[in-house]
Amino acid sequence: MRVRIWGCRGSVPTPGPQTVRCGGNTSCIEISLDDGTVFVLDAGTGIRELGNQLAENGVKHVHLMLTHLHLDHLEGLRFFAPLFDPESTIDLWGPRSPVVTLKERIRRSFSPPLFPIDLMDTPGRVNFHELPKTQWRIGEARLIASLIVHPGPTVGYRIEADGSSVAYIPDHEPALTGDFARRSRDWISGGSIAEDVDLLLHDAQYFEEEYDGRLGWGHSSVDSAMAYADAVGARRVVLFHHDPTHSDETMERLEAEARSLGSNTHDPPIVAREGMVLELPSR
Amino acid sequence: MATARSKHLVLILARELASNLATPTLIADAEGTLVFFNEAAEEIVGRGFSEIGEMPMDEFSASFTPRTRNHAPLADERRPTRIALEERRAAHEQLWVLSRDGVDRQVAITAFPLFAEADEFVGIVGIFWRE
Repeated sequence: MRVRIWGCRGSVPTPGPQTVRCGGNTSCIEISLDDGTVFVLDAGTGIRELGNQLAENGVKHVHLMLTHLHLDHLEGLRFFAPLFDPESTIDLWGPRSPVVTLKERIRRSFSPPLFPIDLMDTPGRVNFHELPKTQWRIGEARLIASLIVHPGPTVGYRIEADGSSVAYIPDHEPALTGDFARRSRDWISGGSIAEDVDLLLHDAQYFEEEYDGRLGWGHSSVDSAMAYADAVGARRVVLFHHDPTHSDETMERLEAEARSLGSNTHDPPIVAREGMVLELPSR
Repeated sequence: MATARSKHLVLILARELASNLATPTLIADAEGTLVFFNEAAEEIVGRGFSEIGEMPMDEFSASFTPRTRNHAPLADERRPTRIALEERRAAHEQLWVLSRDGVDRQVAITAFPLFAEADEFVGIVGIFWRE
């Protein structure tokens, strides 16, 4: 399994000289399996360049897994090359809502006054799938999606394939559920997707002192992210969803802060950087 | 590589809410298992949740010998928690219960179902009101 980060910024794109190393594109991850299956997790602005790369490589079928429909996880979809290729197929998966279908909710962002082209007029084939309530399979991969603590219907994903596992929980505020680190794993938000996972990509938007003024906004401090990684037994952690006010230098301090917290993960935590490739060996 | 099944997020959030309430509150999952009651409920139950642990809701309810206001046995189908679990609607009842500490108490119970996402029944909340 190969994981590539195309965007790891939270909330809003932040291009510029202050964010060159970590990148300014919003959430998008590519996961490639040995059998050629391609998963794309979230459609932040990072998906635009990924789409160009997929077109260049002749990839005609992807599974796009959306965690939720906040703009920083959806705004790149309108510029995703496969959507405009009549030979491409996108299987698009996302959380269910009590009122409106996934298709209709996404279609809103392809309508006036937000965008000139209707989703139904794009030439690529899009198959919409509201997420199953239980685990399911796509090819050789086993997937689990589970609702997690974040405003509005939001899920995290676990993908197991090629003998390894990855959990993607980019927007998450488990601290709202109290002292989760002292709970059994079945009482931890997203516990079933992150438990003993080989690689956990997790929200760490704030320093602890920043979090105090942002309680309930749906994101984690670095302290909370590392406590979560320990509580679920993650082997490796990549800190994700960088705050738009955080420069590369600030992110280096955040990484140092994470490492100083003395977690039990096998490898030291790292902050996500655009272009980063993580190869997960079979265990 | 199998993982343990987590409680539904709505139950996790309900537990956190209940933990911070001074009103005695219990939570059962969709299968009818009592999964939590708060500290405020300990006075009525007579023991802490950690001493009892998870157990079938029916078994838990029956252990209190619930009776009507006239002290007649309360039919199972009138128990608010049973109604919320089986009929998936809110229910309220005034009754007498014999707590595990041996004290007879008059209480009212309101129970209501919890639904998540589009239509998923995930459990119930039961609230005790001291009469």
